Amino acid sequence: MVEFALPKNSKITGGKTWPKPPGATETREFRVYRWNPDDGKNPSVDTYYVDIHDCGPMVLDGLIWIKNHIDPSLTFRRSCREGVCGSCAMNIDGQNTLACTRSMHDVKDGAVKINPLPHQPVVKDLVPDLTNFYAQYASVEPWLKTTSPTPQKEWKQSHEDREKLDGLYECILCACCSTSCPSYWWNSDRYLGPAALLQANRWVSDSRDEATGERLDNLEDPFRLYRCHTIMNCAKACPKGLNPAEAIAELKLKMVERQI
Amino acid sequence: MSATDTPRRSMRTPLGRVRNLGAAHSGTSDFWRQRITAVAMTLLMLPVIVVVMMTLGSNQAGAKVILGSLPVAVIMMLFIVASAWHMKIGMQVVIEDYVHNEKLKLVSIMLNNFFSIAVALASIYAIIKISSGV
Repeated sequence: MVEFALPKNSKITGGKTWPKPPGATETREFRVYRWNPDDGKNPSVDTYYVDIHDCGPMVLDGLIWIKNHIDPSLTFRRSCREGVCGSCAMNIDGQNTLACTRSMHDVKDGAVKINPLPHQPVVKDLVPDLTNFYAQYASVEPWLKTTSPTPQKEWKQSHEDREKLDGLYECILCACCSTSCPSYWWNSDRYLGPAALLQANRWVSDSRDEATGERLDNLEDPFRLYRCHTIMNCAKACPKGLNPAEAIAELKLKMVERQI
Repeated sequence: MSATDTPRRSMRTPLGRVRNLGAAHSGTSDFWRQRITAVAMTLLMLPVIVVVMMTLGSNQAGAKVILGSLPVAVIMMLFIVASAWHMKIGMQVVIEDYVHNEKLKLVSIMLNNFFSIAVALASIYAIIKISSGV
């Protein structure tokens, strides 16, 4: 059966409360998930106080401030700091999102609670192991597949056909959607998840691609595609405002279209 | 991961694990049938409620008069077929979602099929029996 409870070694124990920064006139409390693979201990939640007059407004600014001023061992991924790379995806105040585009002032009710993306193995602290997620992306073969001779210049596409890719090509593969999906939690070994399926639909919808049927063949599976039960957590979580559930519905529609 | 192929025990590549046995090339039929039966049940719901309310308080002879009518019997049987089929597909989805032990999953799906067919046949038999007054 599905495991609804955390395994023993994943149960969260009490963490350390770090002292408030000296001289700070106004602070914000951050409660951050900590786990170190090297010390053999269970995960804990550490409490930090960030001097909000000495750091930027975003949650990522707060984390960087903590790393620079309080605890250099705090581990998280970040790169672009403007919602383009998807590196800093994490669960903030119960919602998967990007730490760089989420303002700490939008988090109401006390502390800013930060956990790694749910239901993924943790590498350390806020860094999830997304190996399976990336392999699922690779499995949809996200590149143009053609058999016609390659044209001298570019593969052409009408403006109307190009518009069909809007809402699909913007995905930054941050994994916020897939890791917010209960179906993905229970069956991530066989269900491709919202992100990979949105990408699959991006290539299925591309008028230049000549492997549409083959792509649909590879998706037609009770688990790969049909584990989506339109729960819609993916659309709620997406920090880019995309709707993976709609993309999956379009895939299902195409599956039906070619049968009836 | 399936019990025999967890990432910790397996040395397969991540892509090899994702591709695994390949696509089953099925699922669309069940998806489509679930929608058809849902729409059918929505359309049949009102007539079925009316028929059930008409039979309330009546004895077997009264029920025979109502269910003996061909359109009424057909509506009731269509509703039974649609709901049993819908129940079978829906329950199978739940089993596939939550039961990860392969043997238990197979047995559960088999029992689900048996149960749905038995419920449908028993209900249809009951309608035929009442409507024919046997």
